[in-house]
Amino acid sequence: MKSCLIVDDSKVIRKVARHILETMQFEVTEAADGKEALDHVAQATPDVILLDWNMPIMSGMDFLRAYRSMNAVPSAKVIFCTTENGIGHIQAAIDEGADEYVMKPFDRETIESKLQILGCI
Amino acid sequence: MSIGEAKAYRTLSAALERHTGQTVPTNRHWRIDMALKPLMRRNSVPDLQTLAALIEMDTDPKLTRACVEAMVNNETSFFRDQPNFALLAGPVLDHIRELRSDTKRLRIWSAACSTGQEAYSIAITILENAEKWRGWTIQILGTDVSATALAQAREGRYSQFEIQRGLSVTHMIRHFEQQGEEWVAKDALRKMVTFTEHNMLTPVRHFGRFDVILCRNVLMYLNDDKRTHVLEAIAPSMEEGGLLMLGAAETVIGQTQKFRASRAFRGFYELTPGRQGA
Repeated sequence: MKSCLIVDDSKVIRKVARHILETMQFEVTEAADGKEALDHVAQATPDVILLDWNMPIMSGMDFLRAYRSMNAVPSAKVIFCTTENGIGHIQAAIDEGADEYVMKPFDRETIESKLQILGCI
Repeated sequence: MSIGEAKAYRTLSAALERHTGQTVPTNRHWRIDMALKPLMRRNSVPDLQTLAALIEMDTDPKLTRACVEAMVNNETSFFRDQPNFALLAGPVLDHIRELRSDTKRLRIWSAACSTGQEAYSIAITILENAEKWRGWTIQILGTDVSATALAQAREGRYSQFEIQRGLSVTHMIRHFEQQGEEWVAKDALRKMVTFTEHNMLTPVRHFGRFDVILCRNVLMYLNDDKRTHVLEAIAPSMEEGGLLMLGAAETVIGQTQKFRASRAFRGFYELTPGRQGA
């Protein structure tokens, strides 16, 4: 079973994303900010991380920098999933090592197609 | 559902079938309701029964056309059915490239292309392999029955929802530019595709012959007779050695003798020798 860590400070978004991913047979864990997510990945590497940008304590970008500097093997695929929809943010995320980018609001088809692109399903 | 409502659904679904061949099963009549609500609001039509009566009288061809266009299933996405599309983008195009190495000419038809995502996906595949196709004359034609869908296709303009479906972020920022909430195909991409109106139920116009014809998720909405009709209308447009790609749930088997399954490429079909027809 593939695994996904959902990192988002919105409980509602985590719930919606969890539902979508569980129907695709993913084992899902959740974190409410970047720091909590770092604690998770220190324990186990998920196949995919669905990552929000703006969160308290530690942002998605700070998490991504910290995570990529860990050089974890195997490394999780990181999909930004955010309302920061400008090209500048998208480019910055790719430059920092994001594998894919989802602009909120999202639906099942969008998440599914991004996971397919990354070869996760 | 009242008798009047049931009759209205039948009238509207018959209009759709008459103009496009698409059928709407009774258990999906809710789609008609959803699809026509914006049009009814725009035209101050109070309910479906009134709209059905107007369509039945057929006094306003513009309204009938708008109504049919609204009901046509325009579902599509970039690189739809990714495993199948990967077969097209890789082994199939490589095969055609070898086959046409003398003429260096490649022609692809995206039939019933809706808002153009399929045609642009092929164009992106070519652009991403520009070195491989250097010196080739490449033509990609997208056709659809819906003028509204084609207008969007020609502009190459997609909403945030549409652009994200099937398109990787790398391809998105390389081939599209952001304009407010929308994403618009860059000139290099748009110039690769030509769009024109065509109803799959009418004889194929002089589009010439194609090396690859994509007719995906079209037959599934048609009855058996119309499936045969469409496949047989396509056959004369197929270049020798060319391949037809259908949707994952579609086949030529039992529909026509003009095509047979390709032995080399699963999900693709080739002309049966001697059966192309004029």
